[in-house]
Amino acid sequence: MSLHKPSDPSVQQMIADTQGKGMKRLIEKLMPILLFTAATLSVLTTFAIVFTLIFETFEFFQRVSITDYLFGTEWLPFSSKEPMFGILPLIVGTLKVTFIAIIVAVPLGIASAVYLSEYASDNARRVIKPILEVLAGVPTIVYGFFALTFVTPVLQQLIPSLKVFNALSPGIVVGIMILPMITSLSEDAMSSVPQSMREGALGLGSTKLEVSLKVVLPAALSGITASVVLAVSRAIGETMIVSLAAGSTPKFDFGVTDSVQTMTAYIVQVATGDAGYGTTIYYSIYAVGFTLFIFTLVMNLLAHYISKRFREEY
Amino acid sequence: MKYIDDTLVMKRMSKRLLYNKIWKFLFFLATTFALITLAVLLYRIVTQGAGYLTADFLTNFASRFPAKAGIKAALIGSLWLMAVVAPVSIILGVGTAIYLEEYAKKNKLNDFIRMNISNLAGVPSIVFGLLGLTIFVRTFGFGKSVLAAGLTMSLLILPVIIVAAQEAIRAVPNEQREASYGMGATKWQTIVRVVLPAAIPGILTGSILALSRAIGETAPLVVIGIPVILQFLPTSVFSEFTALPMQIYDWAKRPQEEFQYVAAAGIIVLMAVLIFMNSIAVFIRNKFQKRY
Repeated sequence: MSLHKPSDPSVQQMIADTQGKGMKRLIEKLMPILLFTAATLSVLTTFAIVFTLIFETFEFFQRVSITDYLFGTEWLPFSSKEPMFGILPLIVGTLKVTFIAIIVAVPLGIASAVYLSEYASDNARRVIKPILEVLAGVPTIVYGFFALTFVTPVLQQLIPSLKVFNALSPGIVVGIMILPMITSLSEDAMSSVPQSMREGALGLGSTKLEVSLKVVLPAALSGITASVVLAVSRAIGETMIVSLAAGSTPKFDFGVTDSVQTMTAYIVQVATGDAGYGTTIYYSIYAVGFTLFIFTLVMNLLAHYISKRFREEY
Repeated sequence: MKYIDDTLVMKRMSKRLLYNKIWKFLFFLATTFALITLAVLLYRIVTQGAGYLTADFLTNFASRFPAKAGIKAALIGSLWLMAVVAPVSIILGVGTAIYLEEYAKKNKLNDFIRMNISNLAGVPSIVFGLLGLTIFVRTFGFGKSVLAAGLTMSLLILPVIIVAAQEAIRAVPNEQREASYGMGATKWQTIVRVVLPAAIPGILTGSILALSRAIGETAPLVVIGIPVILQFLPTSVFSEFTALPMQIYDWAKRPQEEFQYVAAAGIIVLMAVLIFMNSIAVFIRNKFQKRY
């Protein structure tokens, strides 16, 4: 007796029956289009960001000359007599905080990465890595509160001339914020250096320190550099820590004990203030936002380039 | 002939081993810095805020008087915010991930979409705030509503969810898809009945972590300009609202010292919500994630 009765539809027929008709066929054709639409939305978001910023910044430059904005060293938007919109003080403020953050985070981050990747036992790693994840998940508003109510008073004990609002304390705390990012990205880079390279160096009589510094670090350098650049980008765009603890005095100098203002803190100051829609001050936040966007975009592209271009392939 | 001078090696060896020990200790010290900081941060906040963390604090509205200030409106407001952010960002994020992993061919357009997503992840949150202010609050006329803030936050965490969902989908082995095709399933049937069920733990874990980022994010809310002292709860997605980090920010920057403690109590509530969400994520990861 054959399994196949002549009255049974053929397999092809069955497939065609289930696939070929009405709804099912429609879904099969429609879903890729719907999903593609979802995917284009992220592209649309980028365009929306860029166009919004350009459009409103253009409006701003109808009122303020672009050279005054780019090269001016006075940022006095709220002056009733003669408002000045020179971005340099805000950029200097941002870079001051970022620089302090990098000084704190880079040595500590890379040292922790070396420890986790080269020295730590599996057990130690299992304990430390989740804690770093927790640290990375702490909202920035909490860090801001920490900077204002703990780090600043402690620093004031050490440096009596330190003001309540200053660049030093938020700089250090921004450094703590970006520390987990540098540590985990650098550790990933070091862990992907092949074990055979370490064993080769150990076999030649190197100590673990020599293996770490002379073999693993150079091999992972592109990944480590990329992590630092990404961290710089994050520090530049950081908002809540600086708006709580850095103050709101745009200054074109290099002191760290006085109140400063960063680009992000200025945007917050205007957004929480009472500048009306359509005023020059209102448009100025888009110009500052656009400047900030350019800074972070350049950093992100640079990080991408470094990790692509200088990667050592094994 | 001897190539290695044993005595010379032995003489320098102890020094090299000593360096190794010293540096190992320094590396360890650097690692503990992060741990100590976290401990100090948590200790400070708990000791400052615990005294203000009463039942009244959870059920009172915001107030000009520190003793009467409560977090009810902010807590409920954050839940409303999540009610918008979760569906919007997960549907869009998972949809994008399915497209990129299952449908997208290797061409310029799809490469551009991928690169765009990784760049979007690096845009500062405050810039998303400017986008939300211009597009959702003003152009679409949603005002300072749950909807406007929710859509802004959704766009902000979208790249995170896309990347997490992509990884989860990629981890489903190809044999499973091929088995499904072999049984005569269509592409969409395979995605819905084979790929997604296998990838859902990973997608959920990533999504919850992304949502917990959205719940603690302050900068976009500040730029959108949502109010802080509200005496009512939102009734629909078009209502004005306030949120936990926004409320904490307002308290933290007040000059009266007492409000610092109120802010610390608010932070404890926020951190409790975050820890709750993260434990769900870890639970899902450990319980349901399959290894292939």
